Amino acid sequence: MTSYLEFEKPLAELERRISELRTAADQDDVAVDIDAEVARLEKKARDQLASIYKSLTPWQKTQVARHPSRPHFGDYIAHAFTDFVPLGGDRAFADDQAIIGGFATLDTPDGGVKVMVIGHEKGNDTQSRLKHNFGMGKPEGYRKAIRLMEMAGKFGLPVVTLVDTSGAFPGVEAEERGQAEAIARATEACLNLPVPMVAAIVGEGGSGGAVALASAERVLMMENAVYSVISPEGCASILWRTAEKAPEAAEAMRVTAQDLKQLGVIDSIVPEPLGGAHRDPVAAAKALGKAIADELGKLSGMGADKLRDARASRFLKIGSLA
Amino acid sequence: MSWLNRVRQRIPFVAKRDTPDNLWQKCRKCQEMLFTKDYEENLWVCPRCDDHGRIGADCRLGQVLDAGYEILPSPTVKEDPLKFKDSKRYTDRLKTARNNAPHPDALTNAAGSIEGRKAVVGVQDFGFMGGSMGMAVGEAFIAGVDRAVTEGCPYIIFTAAGGARMQEGILSLMQMPRTTVAIQRLKAAGLPYIVVLTDPTTGGVTASYAMLGDVQIAEPDALIGFAGQRVIQDTIREKLPEGFQRAEYLLAHGMIDMVIHRKDLRDRLASVIDYLMAAKQAA
Repeated sequence: MTSYLEFEKPLAELERRISELRTAADQDDVAVDIDAEVARLEKKARDQLASIYKSLTPWQKTQVARHPSRPHFGDYIAHAFTDFVPLGGDRAFADDQAIIGGFATLDTPDGGVKVMVIGHEKGNDTQSRLKHNFGMGKPEGYRKAIRLMEMAGKFGLPVVTLVDTSGAFPGVEAEERGQAEAIARATEACLNLPVPMVAAIVGEGGSGGAVALASAERVLMMENAVYSVISPEGCASILWRTAEKAPEAAEAMRVTAQDLKQLGVIDSIVPEPLGGAHRDPVAAAKALGKAIADELGKLSGMGADKLRDARASRFLKIGSLA
Repeated sequence: MSWLNRVRQRIPFVAKRDTPDNLWQKCRKCQEMLFTKDYEENLWVCPRCDDHGRIGADCRLGQVLDAGYEILPSPTVKEDPLKFKDSKRYTDRLKTARNNAPHPDALTNAAGSIEGRKAVVGVQDFGFMGGSMGMAVGEAFIAGVDRAVTEGCPYIIFTAAGGARMQEGILSLMQMPRTTVAIQRLKAAGLPYIVVLTDPTTGGVTASYAMLGDVQIAEPDALIGFAGQRVIQDTIREKLPEGFQRAEYLLAHGMIDMVIHRKDLRDRLASVIDYLMAAKQAA
C-alpha cells in the first residue's frame, strides 16, 4: 500500500483507477480492450508523476525526504553494499541505535571496495523507529562514530557516511552526557581523517546532528534530500512565530540539493528514480552506491595530508567572496 | 542612545552631559536597583546576588586584556547570501543591529596581553542578533586564530550565542566545520585554545568551537547547552532538573574544567596560559 503525499493526490486517483480496471479484468471476461486502457492510464500516471516531481517546492521535497517509505540506512546497506559487519558501542556508555556503523564492501563492477560505513537509521515501522530513536543520535552515537572513524583511519579504510536525521536528540540525558561536545568532536574527527571520506545526505540533513557526520571532502546529496541549519518548522516558529509558515521557511533557507549545489555546500546530486527514492529503493541505493564508488575512485591514491588539506579548503571556500 | 540624546548631541549649545544615559540599572536576576557606576566597577556583576550580567566585546576586552590592546579589523563577508526575508528583510535586521552596536557583527577580536602574556582574544556579543553565528562570526573566528598562529600565542574565545544565524541558512551551519578547521591550525602550531563560556551559549556554537577548548572555563550560572530548554521539554514532557544546563551543572557532569568568577578570570587565564605555554617558552 503506497502512502501518497498531499501533492501526489491526483496521481493517487489515477493509480486507483488502474488497479480497479485490473481487478475488473481479472474478474470477468469483458470484451473491451482493457489492456490498452490500462496502458494509456499508466502512461498518463508516469507523465503526471514526472511533472509533479519536476517542480517540487522546497517544502514538498522536505515531505519526500521524510517519506515513511523512503529508503534508510538498512536499505542502502542491503542494496549497495555486501558483507556488512556492524560494530557497536562507544566503549564508554552505550550502543546508540540511531547511529549505526561497521565494515562493509561497497558494490563496484570490479569486485567491491572495503569501507567503514556509518549513518543514521530512522527505522521503517513503529517498533524499529522507537528502537532507532527516529534517527536522532545521542552523544554515545556520535562517540561511536568517532571511534569507528579513528579505526578506519588506523587501518586505511575509506569512510562512507549516510546522513539521515531530523537532528541530534534533544533530551536531558543527551545534554548531561555532552551532546554538543560529541557533535563537535565528531566534526573534528571527520576533518582529521587520514583516509578518503565521502558523505551522502540521503534523506534529512538536520543541523549539527548531520554536519557531525558530513564534514567530508566529498558531499553528495540525493535528488530529493534536504539539508538545513534548522527544520523549516523550527525556523518558522522562531522567525515567523508560527510553525505553519514552514513552507516559507523551507523556501527562504534554500534546503534543496539543487540550491545547495549552487551555494557550493554539496558537490553533486544523485538522481532518484522517477517519483522519488521510495518508489524504487533498490534503484535509489544502486545509484547512490555507484556515485560513492566514483568519488572514492577519484580520491584513491591521495595521501593523508593531501586529503586533510582538501577537506579543510573545501569548507574554507564555502561562502567566500571569491 | 535615545533619540533625545541624539538630538541633544547635535545641538551645539546644549552642554554635553557627563553622566551616563542610565544612572541606575536593575539586576536582571534579583531586580535590585544598582547604581550604574558601582555595577560597572563590579565588572557588571550584581553586588547583591552575584549575577554575571551580559557584556559586550569592548567591555569584556577592557576587563581581560592589559591596556593598549589592538582591535582587529572585522573581515568582510558576502552580505545576506540567501536574500533572506521572514517578517523582515535580513538586511534590515542587520542594519538595525549595527545602528545599536559598536562593531559590524557579533564577534570581535583583539590582540594584546593578559598580565603580560601575549594573547588574541575573541568576544561574542549576545547583544548583536543574539550573538548568532553566521559567516561574519565564522570568518572573524578564523581571522582571530590566524593572528594567534602568526603571533605564536594562545587564542581565547568568549562565547555567547543563541546558536546559528538562521537567516544565513546552511551557510551558518557550515561555520561549524569551518571554525573546527581553524582550531586544527592552532593545534598543528602547538598553541593553546581556551574557551570561556558565558551566558548564554547554545546550539551550533556549543556544538562546535565552544566545546573544543584545551581548557574549558565558564562564568558562574551561565546557560550552556545544545538544545533549547523549550525544545527539550516539548520532546520529553517532563520537568527539567534543577540547575539544568547551567555552568555548575556542566562542571558536575564533567563537561568543563572550571567555573570562574569574573573578578578572578584575568588571573586564572594568565595562570592557565603559563602552564600551556611553559614548554614552548622553554624551548
